[in-house]
Amino acid sequence: MTATGNTTTSNTTATPVGGSAENIAAAMNTGDPILEIKNLTVEYGFGDDPTRVLDEVSLTLNRGEVLGLAGESGCGKSTLAYGATRLLPPPGVIKGGQVLFHDRDGTTTDILKLNDSDLRAARWRDFAIVFQGAMNSLNPVHRVGSQLQDAIFAHQSKTSKKVARDRAVYLLEMVGINADRLNAYPHQLSGGMRQRVMIAMALALEPQLLIMDEPTTALDVVMQRQILEEITDLRDRMGFSVIFITHDVSLLVEVADRIAIMYAGEIVEAADARDAYRFPRHPYTKGLLNSFPPLRGPRRELTGIPGSPPDMSKLPQGCRFAERCPFVMDRCRVEDPVLAKTAFGRTEPARLVACHLHDGAASQVPESLAMQANT
Amino acid sequence: MRFFIRRGIFYVITAWAAVTINFFLPRMMPGDPITSLLVKYQGQISPDAIQSLRVLFGLDTQDSLWTQYIDYWGQLFRGDLGISFTFFPVPVNQVLSSSLPWTLGLVGIATILSVLIGTAVGMIIGWRRGTKADAVLPVATFFSAVPYFWFGLIAILLFAVTWKIFPAAKGYQPGLIPGWNWEFISSVMYHGTLPALTIVISSVAGWILGMRNMMVTVGSEDYVTVAQAKGLKERTVMVGYAARNAVLPQVSSFALALGFIVGGTLVMEMVFSYPGIGYVLFQAIGAKDYPLMQGSFLVITLSILVMNMLADVVYAFLDPRTRQEG
Amino acid sequence: MTATTNYEVPPESNPAGSLPGAPRSKRARVGGTQFLFLRNAKALSGLVILGLFTLIAIIGPWIAPYDPDAFSPDIVQPPSWAHLMGTTHLGQDVFSQVLVGTRYVMVVGFISGIVATILAVIVGVTAGYLGGFSDEVLSLTSNIFLVIPALPLIIIIAGQIDDAGMLIIAAVISLTAWAWGARVLRAQTMSHRRRDYVEAARANGESTPRIILAEILPNLTAIIASSFVGTVTFAVLTQVTLAFIGVTSINDWSWGTILYWAQSNQALIRGAWWWFVPAGLAIAALGVALALVNFGIDEFVNPRLRSTGKYAKALRKRGVRARVGFTPVDLGTKSERHAREQAAEATAASAVIIKEDSK
Repeated sequence: MTATGNTTTSNTTATPVGGSAENIAAAMNTGDPILEIKNLTVEYGFGDDPTRVLDEVSLTLNRGEVLGLAGESGCGKSTLAYGATRLLPPPGVIKGGQVLFHDRDGTTTDILKLNDSDLRAARWRDFAIVFQGAMNSLNPVHRVGSQLQDAIFAHQSKTSKKVARDRAVYLLEMVGINADRLNAYPHQLSGGMRQRVMIAMALALEPQLLIMDEPTTALDVVMQRQILEEITDLRDRMGFSVIFITHDVSLLVEVADRIAIMYAGEIVEAADARDAYRFPRHPYTKGLLNSFPPLRGPRRELTGIPGSPPDMSKLPQGCRFAERCPFVMDRCRVEDPVLAKTAFGRTEPARLVACHLHDGAASQVPESLAMQANT
Repeated sequence: MRFFIRRGIFYVITAWAAVTINFFLPRMMPGDPITSLLVKYQGQISPDAIQSLRVLFGLDTQDSLWTQYIDYWGQLFRGDLGISFTFFPVPVNQVLSSSLPWTLGLVGIATILSVLIGTAVGMIIGWRRGTKADAVLPVATFFSAVPYFWFGLIAILLFAVTWKIFPAAKGYQPGLIPGWNWEFISSVMYHGTLPALTIVISSVAGWILGMRNMMVTVGSEDYVTVAQAKGLKERTVMVGYAARNAVLPQVSSFALALGFIVGGTLVMEMVFSYPGIGYVLFQAIGAKDYPLMQGSFLVITLSILVMNMLADVVYAFLDPRTRQEG
Repeated sequence: MTATTNYEVPPESNPAGSLPGAPRSKRARVGGTQFLFLRNAKALSGLVILGLFTLIAIIGPWIAPYDPDAFSPDIVQPPSWAHLMGTTHLGQDVFSQVLVGTRYVMVVGFISGIVATILAVIVGVTAGYLGGFSDEVLSLTSNIFLVIPALPLIIIIAGQIDDAGMLIIAAVISLTAWAWGARVLRAQTMSHRRRDYVEAARANGESTPRIILAEILPNLTAIIASSFVGTVTFAVLTQVTLAFIGVTSINDWSWGTILYWAQSNQALIRGAWWWFVPAGLAIAALGVALALVNFGIDEFVNPRLRSTGKYAKALRKRGVRARVGFTPVDLGTKSERHAREQAAEATAASAVIIKEDSK
């Protein structure tokens, strides 16, 4: 367990609270959570030596919120989302944790404890996933219309064919696709259209929670913008909550309310989207943001981050970012930091960061990570 | 459409290749068995028959190879494949036309059953990996490693000799006159059961294993995960998403498998003395009846080409991607 | 029909597709991974059986208790201590015939396999790499040989040769067997040709033969091995069939010849099961051994097909099954969960203490 490292410091003004799931949830919570992931642990491998890719990760999504989940490829952001909904392909195994879904009507269920038929019933109706609109996400031998309708029939079996068809047309038009595409096959659509079909499909049953997995990655910039606008528009109209997964942090600023940054299977920073973008508190976040040119404002030198992410099967002791961190301390190589309040805890209670730099006085935090809104 | 045109051209070229092989083989082999047979049957063969054999086998002719080739094609188009020495003096094309329907019936029924059963079983086993259903695999492997005809022998031993349930040979009760009456047809069905059953049992294993592997491969495609994420019923995902895609390579490998199945059926006919082309070929080999052997090869190959074309039609029907582009 | 491995869709380098999956594997590391293949139980047992048959092929004639051609007065006898597999209609010992016949079967099988595989590699890799017109021509040729039925073709070729010996039969079988492997290798080569490492090598100015031999071929070893095994299986079944119908020479003893004699002498009607059952079982055993090796190769190439490991067995015992769309939730045994819950509570408690302290 990584939470035990905090017991040594006790006499400082701003002490990080221990990193248990309860406390993380408390920090992220605005009072009306829709999804609470607590201590999720995921391993890969049915052999004798599985790799632990997620170790007791916790995350809370509030109702009506758009939470961006960002990080490099392989950091575990998709694994987190798919693990929470039990859609990880083999050889994934969920080794521990809870995933609490708080329904509108007040009931709470742990998705991991649902039996097969309850899980099938809950899927798509309560929470849906917008997969990457790659060629492979749609069944190549079925028409688009039938793929939109089969989810409707599966959950509402008494629906008439006409009603289902009308709904499919409605969904297509909602995402800006002409109704005559209803009978097209997936290979007859362009990449942008396929992505819209994935979005339309996910909204078929008007779920409360939408997980979007890199919905714009495979598209050109113009198409990206259109899709993002449509997503925001749909969210305003239909009121669902979103977990938006991407490696492009600059996108999230436009679309997300809050951002969680992941690195090597852990959440390293969680904050309001604009705050995270303008005033990062974690060295990795800062490095990540410095890798993207800003669309507005003065030109900034692109620095990137030297080195590469660690091999998940051979994780170092201590902080996983230590090797690449410009502010690394001796302590970092020994203790893995926990997600906790920043050194400016009282002024920004909703921010969490997993870094030893914030484990002391505010004055000790390096300047580039200590910027505030009014300075 | 372009798909069909391409395939059509391919089949025409293949047919041409088969005919050309048939043309060159006797001319490349050492020795000349035809001439000795002609001597043996001298006086009993009509001059026309001798001439047709000359064209087919290139006997004592001064013509250039090219002229012979043209004459060969001309004769084939008239349907003249020579005289059979095994069934002297019946012409080859007559022998073949009376035996072909038997083979087609046997192969057709056995293959359809085998494909349907094998695909269904393979689908279920491939989907339910890690359960007791996997026990079928070693059994199927064993069955696919044994030559068809050996199964036929065992079947005869068990069901015709030891427990006299089925007849051991022939296509119908000897003495019956072929006709569209119940007596004849029931006799055909009765005699055909054991051969067909044996072919099905020996070939079904290959389909099971092939379909199972494809189900495992397709099962990890994204659209199957999407289907599960949509909360669709288990059967819908297994059949409509996984199997529907897994079956495609099976259809195209059907064409390759066909040669093997037909070969196996031919030998099976030999074991059961079933009156199809296989049995005819068997007798031709024993008698060194080259006209009949070559005629059989040609007819068998052309039949397989036709069956391949049917498989292509089925494939185009199943996979919308082929119907579209070029 | 023999089991075919479907390589129509070349396996991608990232087995999990676009969804999150296990860490990507780089291009084939030839060194360390070939021993992984040998650790596969299926492949190992297959190889052991093959080794046994190879041994018998070599020493068969010496360990056979009788001369397989030798007559004896004990006609059509069931198995006994004197004749372990009974006798034929001429009093010949079936067991000796099986032992001696192994050599023919193994020799023809492996020679056909080697020749056909070499042809398949040459044609398939060339077609896949060069593309264009050469590809069209080579593909057309291999497709023609694929569609034309093998057995009838072999019959009319071998049937025109008097007294066809081992090598002739092997040659004729190779002629019809190379096409399938060529097709598979062509598809694989085309897939590899487009990959980054080949483009990099071309940009570096490496010559074409070197690229093919040193870069692409090592990645194809598993497919070539699988194709070889499949061809040997085909060769064994075909030559047995040829012997059975009387096309090959009856002077050489092989398992097929035993069956030929059994059939011509009404072994069935006589109820002499021992005459043809052992030969068939021997063929089956060899075929199963080859299939096992092929399964081992399959699982090596396509990790999705693997299911081994103690952890996998432990999961199965607990009723936790890996299925697409339903990630198994293995919260551990009751005691494991209890220990975890206690540890979590302890941390929460200590965190509360710290919070109190700092106020």
